[in-house]
Amino acid sequence: MSPQIISLIFGGAARERCEALAAQKGAGLKACSYEGLAMLDVEAVRQDFPILERRVHGKPLVYLDNAATSQKPRQVIDALVRYYETYNANIHRGLHTLAEEATDAYEAVREKVVRFVRSPYGSESVVFVRNTTEAINLVANAWGRRFLQPDDEIVLSVMEHHSNLIPWQLIARERGARLRFIDIDEQGCLRRDQFRDLIGPKTKMVALAHASNVLGINPIAEVAALAHRQGALMLVDGAQSVPHVPTDVAALGCDFLAFSGHKMCGPTGVGVLWARPELLEAMDPFLGGGSMISRVTLEASTWNEVPHKFEAGTPNIAEVIGLGAAIDYLEGLGMENVRVHEKALTAYALERLGALRELTIYGPLDAEQRVGVVSFNYADVHPHDLAQVLDQYGVAIRAGHHCTQPLMRRLDVVATARASFYLYNTFAEVDVLVEALVEAKRFFALEEAPVIQGD
Amino acid sequence: MAQFVEPDLDDLYRDLILDHYRHPRNKGSLAEATARSEGYNPLCGDEIEIELLMDDGVIEDIAFRGRGCSISQASGSMLTAAVKGRTRAEAMRLIEAFKRMMTDPGAEPAEELGDLEAFQGVAKFPVRVKCATLATHVLENGLGKD
Repeated sequence: MSPQIISLIFGGAARERCEALAAQKGAGLKACSYEGLAMLDVEAVRQDFPILERRVHGKPLVYLDNAATSQKPRQVIDALVRYYETYNANIHRGLHTLAEEATDAYEAVREKVVRFVRSPYGSESVVFVRNTTEAINLVANAWGRRFLQPDDEIVLSVMEHHSNLIPWQLIARERGARLRFIDIDEQGCLRRDQFRDLIGPKTKMVALAHASNVLGINPIAEVAALAHRQGALMLVDGAQSVPHVPTDVAALGCDFLAFSGHKMCGPTGVGVLWARPELLEAMDPFLGGGSMISRVTLEASTWNEVPHKFEAGTPNIAEVIGLGAAIDYLEGLGMENVRVHEKALTAYALERLGALRELTIYGPLDAEQRVGVVSFNYADVHPHDLAQVLDQYGVAIRAGHHCTQPLMRRLDVVATARASFYLYNTFAEVDVLVEALVEAKRFFALEEAPVIQGD
Repeated sequence: MAQFVEPDLDDLYRDLILDHYRHPRNKGSLAEATARSEGYNPLCGDEIEIELLMDDGVIEDIAFRGRGCSISQASGSMLTAAVKGRTRAEAMRLIEAFKRMMTDPGAEPAEELGDLEAFQGVAKFPVRVKCATLATHVLENGLGKD
């Protein structure tokens, strides 16, 4: 996109033109091209999400907590119902028709994931897990226990979600390895000047979020190149990026990619660990049980081939199938189009929130460097109080430490409020957010009177 | 669709609570403290620290410091105001009555709660109960230390 087009779409008049154009378009056509700029027909997209018809405290739901979990389109809900109503069976075991259909549907999703993350490998590179947290725990345990030696170093950053911190703390303690942390600058971006100091010959693993759930997008490819030069592996926490930007594991240069289905229109309880198959081969299993074995005796066992070696027990079959429907849905719209829409929304939110006096936005102020996440504090009003009042306006935001306590400490705040957007959010919803924030601040306004001492 | 009884925001943010949030009483620290206690709510990051000057089982002076939402900070202010000058036993009874009010929204609040009764509505907002009870936990802990 040229800078002119960006400024065009971000301007108020252009926004109205885009929305008007989207409204005029024929039903069923949810993504189109306008002056070379791909965009979504948001109203058509919204029709796919039954929950968006809900009212909260008498107001239309304005769901801006997508970084926590996204809503689900009818297509995904239907896929779950269809599985349970017509071909529910356990997979990889039965010889009957239902078991075969369920197995086929489950395994077909692996192929969809391969395509979605542009894996240069086949389905052996895709392990289904419960969520991002489990994927990272799997690597920390199965890789760490096998390969980490005392004094080895694992490089993380101060902005990591607890799910990309605690598993490494646990395995580092067990193996006598050390954790090192990349700091952030005043903009809330990773400090590039520290990359070379921290990633050295002792580094065995670099694990970073592709996009922070509080701040912005990180330069993964640059870090991955440095890591590989030192013989280290690169794990990417894609929980906040895979749902929002086109993903290409080769372009990222990662060895492991972890992400969750529920943040990308899919059901809860399903996540993905994508990995280079040779790494999965070299690692020991994480969980033991059914499905992950080849030959079992009372004393010892051999393992099933990858990725099945890492899928012990009956998996979340329905949810994996639901994730497949979510991928179909997102690919039908086009991830580039999802990204363009969210970037425009984020830029508009940054502009409107940034215009409020006493509102502090955390992270880079350029929408290009963000997924649809905007964290902020407003005057002296505690984020929980903001969120409580916003809820009365039907606006759902997150308030708290966002499972990033070290980052909150680094930013010197106890908590932040966070609005996070997805493909069904509109510019009008950003306006509702801003209006509700202004009301909330008025409600809690600290008067100018001096503090009364004693009673 | 689940049907929720929708409590009014005014139940949560009573005027008295907002007044104590805007103008906290007993905020600061004591020159001479005989006991000090602090608490943290990991869910939302609210912090409260209470200092006590106890003399022969009586709370001669009390101060609190903290960071957090209006409910947590107002409860620090109102609670310290309520127990100043009281005996340890009276303060413990007050704490118990406050906890009961938070866990049983249907029950009539004990008379001795006085202004603290303003927090009754918080019980209708389960996620905020921990904000309201942080100060009582910290005070209880502090009274146990002296």
